[in-house]
Amino acid sequence: MNIYVPIVLIGILLTITFILILVDKLMGGSGEKMITVNQDTKFPVSGDESVLVSLNQNKIFLPSACGGKATCGMCKFRLIEGGDGEIKPTEDPFLSQEERDSGVRLSCQVKVRGDMKIEIPEVLLNAKEYETVVDYIEDLTYDIKLVRFKLKEGEQIDFKPGQYAQIRVPGIEVIRAYSMASNPKDKEHLEMIIRMVPNGQATTFVHKALELGDTIIVTGPFGHFYLQEDSDRDMICIAGGSGKAPIRSIVQYLRDQGMPRKVKYFFGARTTKDLFYTEEFVKLSEEFPNFTYIPALSDPKPEENWTGEVGLITDVVDRMTGDLKEAEAYLCGSPGMINACIKVLQKHDIQDEHVFFDKFS
Amino acid sequence: MNLTDLFVSSLLNNNIAFTFILGMCPLIAISTNVKNAKGMGIAVVIVVTLTGIINYPIYLLLKATNTTNLALLVFIITIAATVQILEIFIEKYLPKVYSSFGIFLPLITVNCVVLAVSLFFVNRNYNFLQTATFSFASSLGWMMAIIIVAGVREKMAAIQSDVPRGLVGKGIVFIILGILSLAFLGFTGLSF
Repeated sequence: MNIYVPIVLIGILLTITFILILVDKLMGGSGEKMITVNQDTKFPVSGDESVLVSLNQNKIFLPSACGGKATCGMCKFRLIEGGDGEIKPTEDPFLSQEERDSGVRLSCQVKVRGDMKIEIPEVLLNAKEYETVVDYIEDLTYDIKLVRFKLKEGEQIDFKPGQYAQIRVPGIEVIRAYSMASNPKDKEHLEMIIRMVPNGQATTFVHKALELGDTIIVTGPFGHFYLQEDSDRDMICIAGGSGKAPIRSIVQYLRDQGMPRKVKYFFGARTTKDLFYTEEFVKLSEEFPNFTYIPALSDPKPEENWTGEVGLITDVVDRMTGDLKEAEAYLCGSPGMINACIKVLQKHDIQDEHVFFDKFS
Repeated sequence: MNLTDLFVSSLLNNNIAFTFILGMCPLIAISTNVKNAKGMGIAVVIVVTLTGIINYPIYLLLKATNTTNLALLVFIITIAATVQILEIFIEKYLPKVYSSFGIFLPLITVNCVVLAVSLFFVNRNYNFLQTATFSFASSLGWMMAIIIVAGVREKMAAIQSDVPRGLVGKGIVFIILGILSLAFLGFTGLSF
């Protein structure tokens, strides 16, 4: 064998590696850059990472369901100064004209190439990453599970009733968001109500693989959907399926305050098989005259002997509410259901600024 | 062979896209509009010319050490490295260009024109100047080809031409390429 073969090969590989390292050192983005968040928080960043990753490294967690692949459109932020040029084709579908004009971008697609000034919603600064252990799992119905995550000793999470958190599925690193169903008073635990979605990666994991004692990374809290605490309007809550989660959190919070506001909660389901936490809520309504729980079935079987309300949730709401001019509405569920419910509420003269919703999709 | 002849023949008579049918993958994928085609073309011209010039002395080294059988391997490594360095360079100094190139730049590593040009100069025993001319002209020819195809496709899309259903999209591009190849046969024998 020619002795030069390994010499040439290794020599060339080494030379090229050396040149690449040198070039990277000389020209790459290894210099330190400063990111200023909301004018007051500043931190240095090195490397060429995206804004999303850079913020993560500095313990600011923007919501991101897709994990930086520009498919969920949740990690929006406002770019004030700096950045790397124009909106990329990958961001295009997620930005409205209004957002473009004010400089909104997707943080997973913008790289930190120099000093930057950015703006993110103040509530997101509260979001943190928590290492949790699953300490309770319960089957609520045939396709809905309650999962409780226990935070590490000494750690606490502060969230407003109605907000959501994200869990990271270990192994496949899929990130999904679920509303928190637990009482915000309990700062050491988080509960989520997770419905099995056929072929859903995260829900399949939760339903088929998740076991007590598993360690799960949770980030949160996120979301603009939460109880308006400074208001004393009457409340209409409408939610079906796993949409019960944020409402449960809200109701538990109000219960601790002695139920100061009138609350009507409409829970839509198909059959009695889909009902859960009925006892808990019925008991509450017996305890507090201010709280009314109205489960409604759209498709009850005769053998179920259902004596409650029957019909589509929109019809039931229409039938059982009066004038809503002074009321506040909280809706959770599929986009289709929410849109239909908003129409019904508008029929009852609700004011748009008092309608809050969380579209699960 | 003098340099002018070499230049013209690599550009037209022996156009690397239309007569050697090389670099088809990006040529078909990125020829939907002229603007992108131009971007890809320029990137290819830069990379091919650079790698041609870099690979020549490396080939001399291989010849001196009697290890020419490593040429294929070594060329690919230098091509990948060149593209990488170029990417870092453009990213740093020409951020506008970088964002408009986007994915094209790393894609060039796998464009077979780049490797073919390096292998051809070996086969044809070119000297350094000839290699440089050949690399530049071939890549320019490829750029011309992708722009022509993109132009035709743009026109066809604009007038909503009546393409048979089974050929809509990439199918008709192959036929366009075939017709263009035939047209380029007309340059045979051309010399200055």
